[in-house]
Amino acid sequence: MKPSRFTAIVVAGIAISSCGGIQTALGGQAVQSSDFVTLFTVFMVVCTIMYFVIVGATIWAVLRRRRGSEACTVETGKHKVSTSASRTALVAWTTLIAVGLSALAVASFFTDRSLAAAARNPKLAITVTANQWWWDVQYTPDEPSHIIRTANELHLPVGVPAEITLKSNDVIHSFWIPNLAGKQDVIPGRVTDAQILPRHIGQYRGQCAEFCGAEHTNMALDVTVESIADFKKWAAAQLQPAAAPTTPLAAAGFNYVTTRQCSVCHNITGTPANGQLGPDLTHLASRKTIAAGTLPLTTGNLYGWVADPQSQKPGSNMPTMQIAPQDLHAIVAYLETLK
Amino acid sequence: MTPAEKAKAPPAKVPRDGPDLTGPELEARLQRTWARPRGLIGWLSSVDHKEIGVRYIVTALIFFAMAGLLALHMRLQLARPESNLMTPELYNETFTMHGSTMMFLFAVPVMQGMQIYLTPLMVGTRNIAFPRLTAFSYWMYLSGGLMLWIAHVLNVSPDNGWFSYMPLAGPQYSPGERANIWAQMITFTEVAGLAVAVTLTTTILKQRAPGMTLARMPIFAWSTLVTSVMVIFALPAIALVSGMLISDHSVGTQFFNPAENGDALLWQHLFWFFGHPEVYIIFLPATGFVSEIVTTFSRRSIFGYSVVVMSLVGTGILAFGLWVHHMFATGLPCVGYSFFTAASMSVAIPTGLQLFCWIATMWEGRPRLTVPMLYVIGFVITFVIGGLSGVIIAAVPLDLQLTDTYFIVAHLHYVLIGGAVFPLLGAITYWFPKVSGRMMSERMGKISFWTIFLGFQLAFFPMHISGLMGMPRRVFTYPAGMGLELPNMLSTIGAFVVGAAVLLFVINVLNSLFRGAPAGPNPWDAPSLEWAASSPPGPYNFAHIPVVESRTPLWDGEDSLRVVHGLRVDEPELLLTTVISATPDLREPGVAPSLWPFLSTIAVAVAFVCSIFSPWALAFGAVPVGIALTAWFWPKTPSGDGDPVIV
Amino acid sequence: MSLRPVFADNVSELPTSGFSHRSLTWWGVIGFMAIEGTGFALVFATYFFLMSHEQHWAPQPLQPPNPLAGTLFTIVILASEIPNTMIKKAAVKYDLATVRRLLPWMVAIPLLLFVLRGFEFNSLNVNWYDNAYGSVLWALLVLHTTHIGTDWVDTVVLCRLMMTPHGEAPRRFSDIDENSLYWRFVWLAWLPIYLLIYLVPRLFR
Repeated sequence: MKPSRFTAIVVAGIAISSCGGIQTALGGQAVQSSDFVTLFTVFMVVCTIMYFVIVGATIWAVLRRRRGSEACTVETGKHKVSTSASRTALVAWTTLIAVGLSALAVASFFTDRSLAAAARNPKLAITVTANQWWWDVQYTPDEPSHIIRTANELHLPVGVPAEITLKSNDVIHSFWIPNLAGKQDVIPGRVTDAQILPRHIGQYRGQCAEFCGAEHTNMALDVTVESIADFKKWAAAQLQPAAAPTTPLAAAGFNYVTTRQCSVCHNITGTPANGQLGPDLTHLASRKTIAAGTLPLTTGNLYGWVADPQSQKPGSNMPTMQIAPQDLHAIVAYLETLK
Repeated sequence: MTPAEKAKAPPAKVPRDGPDLTGPELEARLQRTWARPRGLIGWLSSVDHKEIGVRYIVTALIFFAMAGLLALHMRLQLARPESNLMTPELYNETFTMHGSTMMFLFAVPVMQGMQIYLTPLMVGTRNIAFPRLTAFSYWMYLSGGLMLWIAHVLNVSPDNGWFSYMPLAGPQYSPGERANIWAQMITFTEVAGLAVAVTLTTTILKQRAPGMTLARMPIFAWSTLVTSVMVIFALPAIALVSGMLISDHSVGTQFFNPAENGDALLWQHLFWFFGHPEVYIIFLPATGFVSEIVTTFSRRSIFGYSVVVMSLVGTGILAFGLWVHHMFATGLPCVGYSFFTAASMSVAIPTGLQLFCWIATMWEGRPRLTVPMLYVIGFVITFVIGGLSGVIIAAVPLDLQLTDTYFIVAHLHYVLIGGAVFPLLGAITYWFPKVSGRMMSERMGKISFWTIFLGFQLAFFPMHISGLMGMPRRVFTYPAGMGLELPNMLSTIGAFVVGAAVLLFVINVLNSLFRGAPAGPNPWDAPSLEWAASSPPGPYNFAHIPVVESRTPLWDGEDSLRVVHGLRVDEPELLLTTVISATPDLREPGVAPSLWPFLSTIAVAVAFVCSIFSPWALAFGAVPVGIALTAWFWPKTPSGDGDPVIV
Repeated sequence: MSLRPVFADNVSELPTSGFSHRSLTWWGVIGFMAIEGTGFALVFATYFFLMSHEQHWAPQPLQPPNPLAGTLFTIVILASEIPNTMIKKAAVKYDLATVRRLLPWMVAIPLLLFVLRGFEFNSLNVNWYDNAYGSVLWALLVLHTTHIGTDWVDTVVLCRLMMTPHGEAPRRFSDIDENSLYWRFVWLAWLPIYLLIYLVPRLFR
């Protein structure tokens, strides 16, 4: 059938080009996601063959010309008759689909086992708490003084199995980094978990995958998979308290942020600001995006976000406040020091 | 006479159909007896299944078009990345209205409407079993749809998706009335759906023509029976859970609040216990259409009738054991998941068997490629893609990547449009001559078929790709540079092609209604009983109740039809037969037109709508509802001759 | 019809009403029993689902419901089956006098049941808005009360109808038969609800 052959070629082209994406299920950059790619390929091969068998049989049945008394129709008086060839084919067909489905179910079972094996001995413990519409990320090693708290980003050392405990503070969300693993729903009142064993260094993007309200679309996650050495460097930097301001403008910003409304919701470790309602800002300037992946981290976006978050992400829980221009300069100058 | 004596009294001496009263004279008298009064009151009082069926179908198609326009709006928004044609709030309302309208106001009602119209004609009786209940169900369905769309126009439409998950749709995160409006729309449509299911089940079990054993029923009647029983067991789940949502909002129950011993997943279990059978309730009637069309246009009875019937029954039962496959990402125990994977895959077996039987029927016969057959071919080519993508997502590791992405959007549209809408369009073309007495234009039919078939592939195939490439569902836009631009643009173009095709189809229908070639009773030379009635049938359907001796009654005798006789002509009367062997059992008085179903709907609708704002409305509203229902059931003064009359 | 009719059986001698599966409305009643039964079954499933999350049921510090009113209710409703069965038997024999004599009992007994039900609501020891345990207990009781309420209204209308000349029509007797059948469903549905409200919360303390 010409239309579906054409689309098959377009599909293949798109699929191949998509392997290089930062948010694609075909990336296979972790054990979990590469298991997906393998199993998906197996299913696609079997299903494509079955599809062409069915469509081919249909086209052949329609196009073959039965002449005169051969056909079993009302015109030839044989409209209740069926050939034994068809009855045999029915049995063969039933067997074929039963066997085919069983084989696919077995393949799926083996993938389940592989995923379970990869999850057996996690070495890195992370807790992610989902909120409308941002991700609270905490690294929770055994040593309490090494707890790292950040927001809307994840750093993972390559080759190290990580177990991510998932909680929600409000509604159901879904934690999904397609390049690395399948998704796991985050349900209020329950604790779920996801396992990731990354195999390739790179920059990826995760996104909430369960409709969670007005700004569901803008609830993304920057994921960095890096070498163990780079991860340790990042973790060490995260453990430092916030940098002290060095310029007068930044100092003015420090005063505003730690004494006015910002400190009600946000925490900046090493300062009086210890609000727990919003994302942790201690190392804000080391991130790649702000507002859960909504905007790249640039000076202009920081201005825009702080001045009027509701125009960037209407409905989000950060209110638009009337901030005087000189305060705004100071705040942004201070935030940019929080590396 | 005591009641016991009355029950055994000999039949009254009144005119009855038979050798002495047949042909045009009989038909004129039956016309007078069965016709409803003219005018607005008569129209509101109709209890004729054909009128009610057409109302259901027309109303459902209007809702289909409205939901389709919403889809086109969304596709315009998604055509380009980071577009701000629609605000996130409007987008959320739009996809909620699109899904809710398509699922609750189009898909099930249109199938039930076709079933209401066709079932009595196919089984050889004069009306459905509970005509006033069916009339009531139509008005209830219309009220629910109007309530939802008026809310949309007034900018209080629901905005949490057609599935309205908790706790997002609960009082804490969705304050206000939007969620309640959604839930109350459910109440209206589920009452309607359940009432129709009871009516159709009873009609098929008790009103089949003499000799039409269950094994001689048309396949479409079997699919009607199976889906009606499914409705009876599936719809209470969503009626219950939407009631729980309303009570959480209006009286403060805590069913879904984890802080007070509730559970968010309770919603999902109850919703999907309904939601999975729901899609088969939509799909199985479409397979019934396919069986009828394939039979007629392959010029032979269906291959493997028993296999097809067992597949319908098997699918109907299995459908109740699959619901957790909508919850694979929620973190339930893996052992449980394996059961649902196995069950979800096994449901492909009966469907595969039906496919075989259709193809074998074509193989053994001599297929004619009329427009209905084109839709059947289009259905096979399209639906099977959806069925196979369903097999893919039945596997948990695959589903965990693909669920909640555009891959699922592709899958669901392939099975619902390919699997239900294509057969529906073929069925409308096929039975149009029976309903209207005219043929649809074959040429225009072919053009609109190819347009919708190709437009559909263009619109929805790329969504498999965008899903694999990381595009989640229910997002109002997507970032540039992720490779999503091309699939989304193709989908948007395809969506508009589909819209044009639907418009062409509607133009064909309207044009053919007034200028189509006149059709006789059996323009396709089809085998089933509805083609023995005139086109359109008189309000009494059949002048004499037929007797059936095979699955293809009109292909057996040359130009004659065996009939029973002796039913009254001066009062509406039909025949009840036994459930298994269809031997004549009772004469049942027909039901006269009545305004009470319409008036009862007004009372119920006022109570339901007001209860969105205050639960006391149910207590106060019960009084007018009780009065209306009592007036409905109160019998009229019995006529003098002893035989009863139901009014 | 354009096909020539060939006349077979004459059906004019067939009766115009029948009982049980011969009656159309009986099938309607069975259909509605299936619908409502499924609804109740789903509430039972909800009850056990919510219970499975708890260490204690009734959850601490709540006391289980006081069973006095509920047990009295159960005794009365089971006793009501005696006149109910008598009415049903009279109906299939077209015994109008017995039906007219006994049907008022089926109007009066639910009034007593409503009073007892009021005391039951008061004995639950939890409010519907306190927690999900309270919500599901109240849901069970409210649904069953609605069940009795609608059947009571049906019975009142039917009772009034039977006192008029309409009561002499044979069809009305199948209505009576089906109404009695439905009452059996009402108290049968009550039995598991009684256990879920009064017994199960005492088992897991």
